Amino acid sequence: MGLFDFLLAKKPATASVAKERLRILVAQERSTRGGPDYLPLLRRELLEVIRKYVNVDADAVKVDLVKDGDHDVLDISVSLPEKADGTG
Amino acid sequence: MAEILVVTSGKGGVGKTTTSASIASGLARAGKKVAVIDFDVGLRNLDLIMGCERRVVYDFVNVVQGEASLKQSLIKDKRFDTLFVLAASQTRDKDALTKEGVEKVLKDLADDGFDFIVCDSPAGIEKGAFLAMYFADRALVVVNPEVSSVRDSDRILGLLQSKTRKAENGERVQEHLLLTRYNPERVERGEMLSIADVEEILGLKVIGVIPESPDVLQASNSGNPVILDEQSAAGQAYTDAVARLLGEERPLRFTTAEKKGFFAKIFGG
Repeated sequence: MGLFDFLLAKKPATASVAKERLRILVAQERSTRGGPDYLPLLRRELLEVIRKYVNVDADAVKVDLVKDGDHDVLDISVSLPEKADGTG
Repeated sequence: MAEILVVTSGKGGVGKTTTSASIASGLARAGKKVAVIDFDVGLRNLDLIMGCERRVVYDFVNVVQGEASLKQSLIKDKRFDTLFVLAASQTRDKDALTKEGVEKVLKDLADDGFDFIVCDSPAGIEKGAFLAMYFADRALVVVNPEVSSVRDSDRILGLLQSKTRKAENGERVQEHLLLTRYNPERVERGEMLSIADVEEILGLKVIGVIPESPDVLQASNSGNPVILDEQSAAGQAYTDAVARLLGEERPLRFTTAEKKGFFAKIFGG
């Protein structure tokens, strides 16, 4: 942090970027942990099917197994782009 | 009752063996009878960090396979009478260890009056790492303030909560987080994850923070665990961590940047 550092362009601090990336990733990995092995594959195939009709992002499909009392609920949500123009 | 403490991390190179050596030495210095076991079969290294590499005759695999007795294989530390090292095999592969074999060694150590058994886990999540954590009562998860290490630590925490004997019995391994290679200056510049960041992401408080220090390399060069270097900040931080493991409350040290003098501020440094 010397006098001459002012002459150099200051790089943006990256620790906050690291924290945000980890926060999202860890939450996502925890949610699939201990769940059935087929969830990631199911998510991928659903995405492929949806993409035949609507052009959605790779993270548009969310598949979660939620405990509701004594039974499990498979919670699937698909977020469509703002202007869902069917291409199929 | 012997307490089984696994030192683990998932990612390699974060300081597991350095930590195992220092924690085991610190516990012995505190008067505990301690065995430290290298589970990294095929890539033995704990013996080097402990400085007993020329005294390895029999190893962990020899004991597990019944080729040598535990007494023959435990290497007595030259600094502490109550500290013993069980080296990993250099010539066998990780399949040479079995769950039953490991369980028997741990039980024999407990029967022999050991207070602590420190299990130095290999990197990864394969058999060696699994066996090192399976029988643990407590786990020291070594993490660096860096994205891949934090992610792998979370994975390891998940395994500790599912793939251990305690988990299978509906109990829980007591988890501790040890943050190593911490650089307070870089944290203050916003270049490195802070203690609070890592604690928040992993949902666990740290039991110690070891500052990044050239003394760690000096210690491994000479085969003296860094905790024995009482001049070193890293050594003192390990001493604090051992005290906390034994239930003492101590404030964190060496976690803020040192104030620089006038000249350092002007000319950089």
